[in-house]
Amino acid sequence: MAGANPTPSEYIQHHLQNLTFGMHPENGLGFAHGAKEAAEMGFWAIHVDTLGWSIFLGLIFITLFRSAAKKATTGVPGGLQNFVEILVEFVDQSVKDTFHGRSSLIAPLALTIFVWIFLMNLMDLVPVDFLPALFMALGVDYMKVVPTTDVNATLGMSLSVFCLIIFYSIKVKGVGGFVGELTLQPFGKWMMPFNFLLEGVGLIAKPISLALRLFGNLYAGELIFILIAIMPFWVQWALSVPWAIFHILVIVLQAFIFMMLTIVYLSMACEDH
Amino acid sequence: MNLNLTLVGQAISFAIFVWFCMKYVWPPVTEAMHARQKKIADGLDAASRATRDLELAREKAGQQLREGKEQAALIIEQANKRANQIVEEAKENARSEGARLLAAAQAEVEQEVNRAKEELRAQVASLALAGAERVLGASIDEKAHAELVEKLAAEL
Repeated sequence: MAGANPTPSEYIQHHLQNLTFGMHPENGLGFAHGAKEAAEMGFWAIHVDTLGWSIFLGLIFITLFRSAAKKATTGVPGGLQNFVEILVEFVDQSVKDTFHGRSSLIAPLALTIFVWIFLMNLMDLVPVDFLPALFMALGVDYMKVVPTTDVNATLGMSLSVFCLIIFYSIKVKGVGGFVGELTLQPFGKWMMPFNFLLEGVGLIAKPISLALRLFGNLYAGELIFILIAIMPFWVQWALSVPWAIFHILVIVLQAFIFMMLTIVYLSMACEDH
Repeated sequence: MNLNLTLVGQAISFAIFVWFCMKYVWPPVTEAMHARQKKIADGLDAASRATRDLELAREKAGQQLREGKEQAALIIEQANKRANQIVEEAKENARSEGARLLAAAQAEVEQEVNRAKEELRAQVASLALAGAERVLGASIDEKAHAELVEKLAAEL
């Protein structure tokens, strides 16, 4: 943990450290005090802040859309319903344009991905010290408020999408068709191992690239906010505000890209050659 | 970590950022939402207006149909009346024509009778005269008694 007057590198490291809960080999079950302890906890630890914020934002999404849906009228929509309708229409249109199979899962999935990732990205625009300072006052040492800057969150979502890709591939093409797709292209059956290597890399690359693209963009954005935050306070706004304005674009775009690629991958999985 | 001026700096940045969003990001978004609301409201308006128009048109059509039916009934009634009238007139004509013919025939018959009477009278006069001549011999002056006999014949 940083001292009373953290050096810039301590400050940055502190901001990039998740609130980790897990079994430490020496200290037993509890929250990690610093990156070293968190690393020592190994795989079986939980980033409580990532989980907490993503669940909280997910609940906001659900509550908002549920209340709009419950009060929905066939007449002229009010403010919230109008907003929700715009989003739903937008996502629905994207799905219709890209996904030509029939599935009742794809559109709700795409909507959830878009709105949820957007909300998580939106946390990036909250100044980097506000919520950590608040939680510090409440006695919580580490607090990373943007779940999408945690590769665990993005990889978790992309792996869920990956599972769906495999599920739909097998459902539509059958096990034989799926295996055939992996091994018989592009060079015919005499190059089977090579084909499998090629297609396997392509398949694995989908969730990895999906996760790392979102993570990388948001992590970099967050890092730059943190770097701006260690500058003298009277000059921060000159850099922070343009970056934040630029970030409005980034957060929407990244949410959109994640959603679009999910639809495209699932559409590819559902296509018969 | 401790609190320091960084927090103030971020607060300044955040305030400017929020101001920027209010000024340049929010209006287009709300405008788009308003435009959509207006579009929907207009659409609903148009739909309800069309429904009302349809209702009116239906009502009008029904009214016209009713009027047409009424007129048709009127015309039929008039036609019937006229037909009855014509039949009556024809009957009347026939009756009067019959009466006229009957009267003419009667007149002719009467005339015929009169003529026969005249003839008969003339013949009776000469017959009576001849009779009297036979009775009295040739003593009667034809001229002197002709007047008497004429008078007699007229009394017949």
